[in-house]
Amino acid sequence: MHIAVILRLVPDLSDELDLSEDGKSIDREWVGITLNEFDEQSLEEAVLLKEASDAKVTALALAGEGVERMLQGALARGADAAVMLEGEGEDHLDSRAAAPIFAEAIRTCGADLVLTGVQTIEDLFGQLAPYLGSLLDWPHVSAVSGVALDQGHIVVRQEYSGGRQARIEVALPAVIGVQTASRPPRYVSASKLKEAMLSGRLTAQAAAATPLPNRAEVLGLAPPDRSAGATMIGDDPDEAAAAILEALSARGLLAG
Amino acid sequence: MTKVLVHIELEGEGLAGVSFQLLAAARRIAGPEGSVEALLIAADPTPLLPSLGAAERVFTLSGERAGDYLPELHLQAMAEATRRTRPDVVLTAYSSAGLDLAAATAAACDLSLIAYCQSAERVEAGLRVSSQLYGGRLLAQSEVAFPAVLSVMPGAYDEAAGRLAGSPEQSDLADSLQLPEPRMRVIEVIAPDGGGIDITKAESLVCVGRGIGDADSIAEAEELAGLLGAEIAGSRPVIDAGWLPKARQVGKSGMKVKPKLYLCLGVSGAPEHLEGMSDAEFIVAVNKDSAAPIFEVAHLGTTCDLFDLLPALAEGLKSRPGQ
Ligand SMILES: Cc1cc2nc3c(=O)[nH]c(=O)nc-3n(C[C@H](O)[C@H](O)[C@H](O)COP(=O)(O)OP(=O)(O)OC[C@H]3O[C@@H](n4cnc5c(N)ncnc54)[C@H](O)[C@@H]3O)c2cc1C
Ligand SMILES: Nc1ncnc2c1ncn2[C@@H]1O[C@H](COP(=O)(O)O)[C@@H](O)[C@H]1O
Repeated sequence: MHIAVILRLVPDLSDELDLSEDGKSIDREWVGITLNEFDEQSLEEAVLLKEASDAKVTALALAGEGVERMLQGALARGADAAVMLEGEGEDHLDSRAAAPIFAEAIRTCGADLVLTGVQTIEDLFGQLAPYLGSLLDWPHVSAVSGVALDQGHIVVRQEYSGGRQARIEVALPAVIGVQTASRPPRYVSASKLKEAMLSGRLTAQAAAATPLPNRAEVLGLAPPDRSAGATMIGDDPDEAAAAILEALSARGLLAG
Repeated sequence: MTKVLVHIELEGEGLAGVSFQLLAAARRIAGPEGSVEALLIAADPTPLLPSLGAAERVFTLSGERAGDYLPELHLQAMAEATRRTRPDVVLTAYSSAGLDLAAATAAACDLSLIAYCQSAERVEAGLRVSSQLYGGRLLAQSEVAFPAVLSVMPGAYDEAAGRLAGSPEQSDLADSLQLPEPRMRVIEVIAPDGGGIDITKAESLVCVGRGIGDADSIAEAEELAGLLGAEIAGSRPVIDAGWLPKARQVGKSGMKVKPKLYLCLGVSGAPEHLEGMSDAEFIVAVNKDSAAPIFEVAHLGTTCDLFDLLPALAEGLKSRPGQ
């Protein structure tokens, strides 16, 4: 089995999110970037599957700032190969625009299972995994928290609201939108990362595909209205604690 | 005349609340001149039809494979209903099923798509849509031309407005749908196992988020919960890390809670978390980041470090008269 894992860098939400001059996107020049947390989960799941079988894992990403380092991290974590897809434009591509490029790359690399994060924090035009499922005409399941191999097919656990779940058997080839790996992502040591950087297992490849037209346009981004929000009580711990206890007491929320 | 097609979800034996929210959205988008159609996939759709009075017509698919939610069957039915009725707008919920279906339907039927929709208004030949992005930190205004899929946030529309009795016309999709060889099947559906815990019944909850940092620090939050007579709960990353059991997860893929007190520590307030707790009666939020979206729904907030606040709160509680 050959598993392709698609990895994406996203703005780090612990950073301030500044907007571009036209107000229609994040200013990517300055914001911190981090591996999409659900992609990190899908990478871990792929490596767990590899350890449980003889699967090969290839990490795929669109070229861009920080991507080389991110892919080396994936190799250090257990991917066998990493491929950076180099397109024409320099611009950030949303999941809908990126989907045909990834679909093409998956066809050429011969993967029969695609794992990627269930979403990113900026999928305004839709999530990658279901786009890939339709473009490849492969069965697809999202919101998955665990993938297991079972005699030539996979069994995934899909989660629903209220804590309900289902186990679904899916024939390969397939695309899975991963929410959570079967185990928390492993820690990667600096020595492993160094080893990966020197391994030569990271390659670059030209990529192009016919886009999916989207007759949609962003008019602007803005922070939500905060006027109806919390009464803020300052950041001195003793004063804040006193104010909280007073408020609870006034509402009869303190036992005794 | 605007035509809207709604994907209906089941919850247990009945129709999911979020589906009535989508029907309310659909009626609004369609306007008095337009029409609303729905797609209902169920072992036996007939007894559910009278609750779908917000729709003029309901496409149905029934039978053995239709009983449990099966992603490929729903996608095939969505694509077929879309081809048959050619709607201007297709509505799905931002739910597990909606995550499977929205983009896949858009790609299969050549439709545009806007996700995480909070509200939508008609404009010339399409919709102006407001969406939540970046974990709820930014709202995106966008415009999309018909035909398009909208994936709608749970809670964005009033359920009651979509809960109308009636007798919609029924069209069986099986008349035209050629189902290919199945490529997936449901092995089993697993009911939530609370292991004796039911946080939805607790009057007070102390919820820890990723800001709690590690498993060991949970004990400190548990002590506070004990002093407050509250149950402990967690955001999804805390559960995924194995620091608290799944039965204590609050949010979209966890429990929906409505306690009298919800005190959260190190929770950012992503939309998926708010979906499970924004109806709590009194919400106190502790988060170092003053821009955290949790402060939009909280009643009382402080940006102090949770590790400084926890001992101060515990001390204050222990030194109360009568303790
Ligand atoms: C399909 C789907 C379903 C999901 N279902 C759920 C769900 O059911 N429940 C859920 O919770 N999430 C769910 N999520 C995940 C959700 O998108 C967020 O990732 C998650 O809620 C974030 O959890 P958090 O707030 O604990 O962590 P973060 O977003 O990482 O926030 C941690 C916060 O802690 C603060 N902090 C850090 N240190 C301190 C300190 N010392 N003192 C004070 N504050 C501190 C930081 O400022 C930050 O705001 C779901 C996602 C998807 C895609
Ligand atoms: N194990 C890993 N897998 C994937 N990406 C990683 C890994 N470790 C670090 N990174 C990424 O590599 C970059 C540098 O990380 P660091 O080495 O922690 O400074 C960041 O963008 C990380 O998200």
